[in-house]
Amino acid sequence: MTDLARVEDAALLTGQGRFLDDLDPLPGTLVAAVVRSPHAHARIRGADLERARRMPGVAAVIGPEEVLATLKPFPLSVRTPHPYYPTATDKTRFVGEPVAVVVATDRYLAEDAAELVEIDYEPLPAVVRTDLAMEPDAPLLHDESESNVATDRTFVFGEVDEAFARARHVVSRSYSFPRYSSTPMECYVVVADWRDGVEGPEITAHANFHGPFSMAPVVAGSLGIPTSSLRLVVPADIGGSFGIKSAVYPYISLMALASKHAGRPVRWTEDRLEHLLASSSGSDRLMTFEAAVDDDGVVSALRVDLVDNVGGYLRPPEPSTLYRCFGNITGAYAIDAVGIRARAVVSNKAPTGLNRGFGGQQLYFGLERLIDDIARERGLDPAEVRRRNMVRSDDFPYATPSGGIYDSGDYHRALELALANTDYERLREEQAVARESGEWMGIGIATIVDPSATNIGYVGLATPVQDRTARRGKSGSTEHVRVTVDPQGIVSVLLGTVPQGQGHATVARDLVAAHLGLPVEHVRPRVELDTATTPWTISSGSYSSRFAPLLTSALLEAADRIAETIKVAASVLLEVEPERLELAEGMVRVADDHDRAVAFRHAAGLVHWDPGSLPDGFSARLYEEAAFTPPQAKAASRTDQINSSLCYGFVADVVVVRIDKETLTLRIEHLSSVHDAGTILNQTLLEGQVHGAIAQALGGALFEEMTYSDAGQPTAGTFMDYLCPTSAESVFPLTSDHLETPSPLTRLGAKGSGEGSSMSLPVAIANAVADALHAEGVEITSLPLHGNVLHDLLTTAKGT
Amino acid sequence: MKAAPFAYVRPGSVADVVGELAHDDAKVIAGGQSLVPVLAMRLGRPGLLVDINSVSELDRLSREGDSLRVGATVRQRRLQDDALSAAVPLVRLALPWVGHREIRSRGTVCGSIAHADPSAELPAVACCLEATMVLASTRGTREVPAVDFFTGALSTAVEPDELLAQVVLPVAKPGEGFGFGEFARRHGDFALAGVAVRVRTHGASPEARLTCFGVSDVPVPADVSALLRAALDATGPSPSRAALVCALAEDAGDVARDLVDTGGDSHASPAYRRRLISGLVAREVASAYLKATRSELERDKP
Repeated sequence: MTDLARVEDAALLTGQGRFLDDLDPLPGTLVAAVVRSPHAHARIRGADLERARRMPGVAAVIGPEEVLATLKPFPLSVRTPHPYYPTATDKTRFVGEPVAVVVATDRYLAEDAAELVEIDYEPLPAVVRTDLAMEPDAPLLHDESESNVATDRTFVFGEVDEAFARARHVVSRSYSFPRYSSTPMECYVVVADWRDGVEGPEITAHANFHGPFSMAPVVAGSLGIPTSSLRLVVPADIGGSFGIKSAVYPYISLMALASKHAGRPVRWTEDRLEHLLASSSGSDRLMTFEAAVDDDGVVSALRVDLVDNVGGYLRPPEPSTLYRCFGNITGAYAIDAVGIRARAVVSNKAPTGLNRGFGGQQLYFGLERLIDDIARERGLDPAEVRRRNMVRSDDFPYATPSGGIYDSGDYHRALELALANTDYERLREEQAVARESGEWMGIGIATIVDPSATNIGYVGLATPVQDRTARRGKSGSTEHVRVTVDPQGIVSVLLGTVPQGQGHATVARDLVAAHLGLPVEHVRPRVELDTATTPWTISSGSYSSRFAPLLTSALLEAADRIAETIKVAASVLLEVEPERLELAEGMVRVADDHDRAVAFRHAAGLVHWDPGSLPDGFSARLYEEAAFTPPQAKAASRTDQINSSLCYGFVADVVVVRIDKETLTLRIEHLSSVHDAGTILNQTLLEGQVHGAIAQALGGALFEEMTYSDAGQPTAGTFMDYLCPTSAESVFPLTSDHLETPSPLTRLGAKGSGEGSSMSLPVAIANAVADALHAEGVEITSLPLHGNVLHDLLTTAKGT
Repeated sequence: MKAAPFAYVRPGSVADVVGELAHDDAKVIAGGQSLVPVLAMRLGRPGLLVDINSVSELDRLSREGDSLRVGATVRQRRLQDDALSAAVPLVRLALPWVGHREIRSRGTVCGSIAHADPSAELPAVACCLEATMVLASTRGTREVPAVDFFTGALSTAVEPDELLAQVVLPVAKPGEGFGFGEFARRHGDFALAGVAVRVRTHGASPEARLTCFGVSDVPVPADVSALLRAALDATGPSPSRAALVCALAEDAGDVARDLVDTGGDSHASPAYRRRLISGLVAREVASAYLKATRSELERDKP
């Protein structure tokens, strides 16, 4: 087993994973089925639950009435009159929206009884398209609001209008970005228990929820309890999420309520139909990008108009898709002036949320397509336009106009490496020859800044500064860890990062072992999270690539303190000053006299068994907690600027595609991808993240889209129509390379790297297809790109 | 995603199976590759499931004269791998396209044909080969030609009380060659467009018959002998593959225009399907013709 790459692998490969659906944490648990709306938009005139309640084996049935009687609306990220509950109450606003819950002795019975639930719907006109939802006479989703625009903010940083007035050229394009998911293997699972305590309800909930834990007070808010009355337990294994499972949280409230009515703990396991219908996805976006450009293709200012379609509700943390990349909205480019309009629109589609790359794939689709369009208009090579605009290596730390502070990087070197790895000049010659013979071959580039370790303060930006409460700002990018040593010298590491399969335990084990001079077998990571016992705060969780930059920083701080205690204990045994000691090879030894040594475990044993021998006043503590709290993550400023992430990595993708003229099949002939995630902690896991992000990007670029009919019926509700790329579609020549420009802000110089290609590759592929088909008069302004889409584009282009 | 309640029986003989099917609302289950998802989604809710997997007489794959007889529980993968299926080359060309290996290990040949998905491979193969379906019920046994068997999307000539007990596939004759191709967005998906082709070169002038799938409610058979003859007139009787594909492509678009009869969906509009069919027809008719002439050469060898 020692040959396996990760400490997690043995259990996972032998079926010993501890996924929540395999576990039975609360005895006597009943099973729930959720009744969902078949209508995209309908008023609920009444709900008759009696027939379902009378069915043998049914313990409880709850609907809008029970929800309204006990729950409060979830606190939203912005003040807008869009009350959001875990079920529909007045109206249903998307197909698949929960309207009732049946609790029974098993899932079959629960689904049988669910068919007896009678909801009296009055169907209403639905609106799904973003542009139509913004029309003044569009069907209004939330009766108390004036329009379907849930948030609309405008920001100006620098002299934008002046730059556009002076500009020799203005390049302006509109694009749209599709709605897609990351499709985790395991769907949502919640086991919830409601108990009435002396001080009010006490909720215990087991869920495959991985954060952000800012959603814990949101759940508690809906239940009307303090956050500490909600005990949230997350199992060691989560079968993937990529952000999608953050939206399991409304079901925690719902199943807690179901448990209150059933008088027993309640389990709900989401099935794939429910997941595809109503879980979560990235938001789809309409956008216009406009650049003020000089003759040489240098951009002096940018105007960005973003409209996200967030579905039926502004479900927290939305509208964060608009703001996650706020500090890096000018991307890899030294652009001093930017104007931003950021809107989120509600429509009769399912709510959106985190999805690997969160906001990045949407942003860079616009920005990087625009850079290519600038190159085309100026008659320049797209690589050259990027060279002329990118932030230079001696400009770091680099402050962006919107408040980002890029910590480190060498964008030019990374791009040159990506180009060299495809032999770019030769490739362009090959392309010229291919074009001569009528072939459709294209080369696409994307150069993007990859933000990691989100500063959750950006959520505040959706609220205008005059409405933000003074001294109640939001910020933070912290991670927490507890390290303990047992009497045999075995080190336990308790992580608050809630991994979804990334291998956090392996990296934590290796780092602590190296730091304490121990064999890796003596370090035992634990990744179950229990809010009652694991150190955590609001910003905890597995999202925005936080582990590498943040958790490892906390880990070393805690390990340092453990090392100090061990050295003091060893100094008693060795009768030498602790400052002269070092930890190596499982021993504590005198640095300049290795023969004078005691075993690490003997030093640990002394602290446990014989603390009386420690120096007077020294605390016999072999448990250390640390919270890495970078001061660079501040709340949004009064001028609306924010450093929206702690670290900013970089990705350069160069992709070569060829399109078959008969079938219009798109083949990726080569992808050269260079990532700079600062210090590399584990090469194998980093490559795994790169491969995973590439596969996800491939889905969005070529295969996957959550489509709806105009009436709001989902048209990709099963895997027959929602097409995830499989291994057969994900095999192509890849050259993955890396630069390491360490972050000065994290302990090891590491930055996050789980999302880079999710952000860069969709647009790199779009740029390649645009390059391939430009001569045919085809413009690429949206995704996904597949034969049917290309057929339409080519037919339309030919017709005009 | 749990099935609604149903009764379940597992009879041991065809007589008992058809006896059970005489009950109202009974449904045959064999490999379950189409039916189980339908049950789980509650899109179908038969009162009685008649599991035929214990009926040994239905598990027969046998050669009888000029026919290959495939029993109701014969798995797709068994047909693919069994030496007997070499006599029906079109089946061997088509089966690798049916789902994935795991699906073919459970899914039955007759099940796929009885399910009659308009974009499935095996119904098109049956039509192209002019196979015969053997239906059993308490009323006796009857035979239905494949071209009359498929009556619409997911509907066939099988009556509610009948079992598709056997499909009878004609074995290839000398001078016959076959082609099969399809296009899907991903490996293993149902086809957006596909063709099965049989060419006969034995005789004065070659005959070509194809069946398109994924382009209408039912498999669409067509005689394309004229297309092939016109192409051969242009190329001569022993063309290279590239030359023949090129010559066929001239008029393949017209054939495709007539054959594609679907409203289309988000994966492929009717126009895109025509484009695909046109390419597939040219390639696979050429391929079948070249194989047929080769098979004729082999026959003529001493």
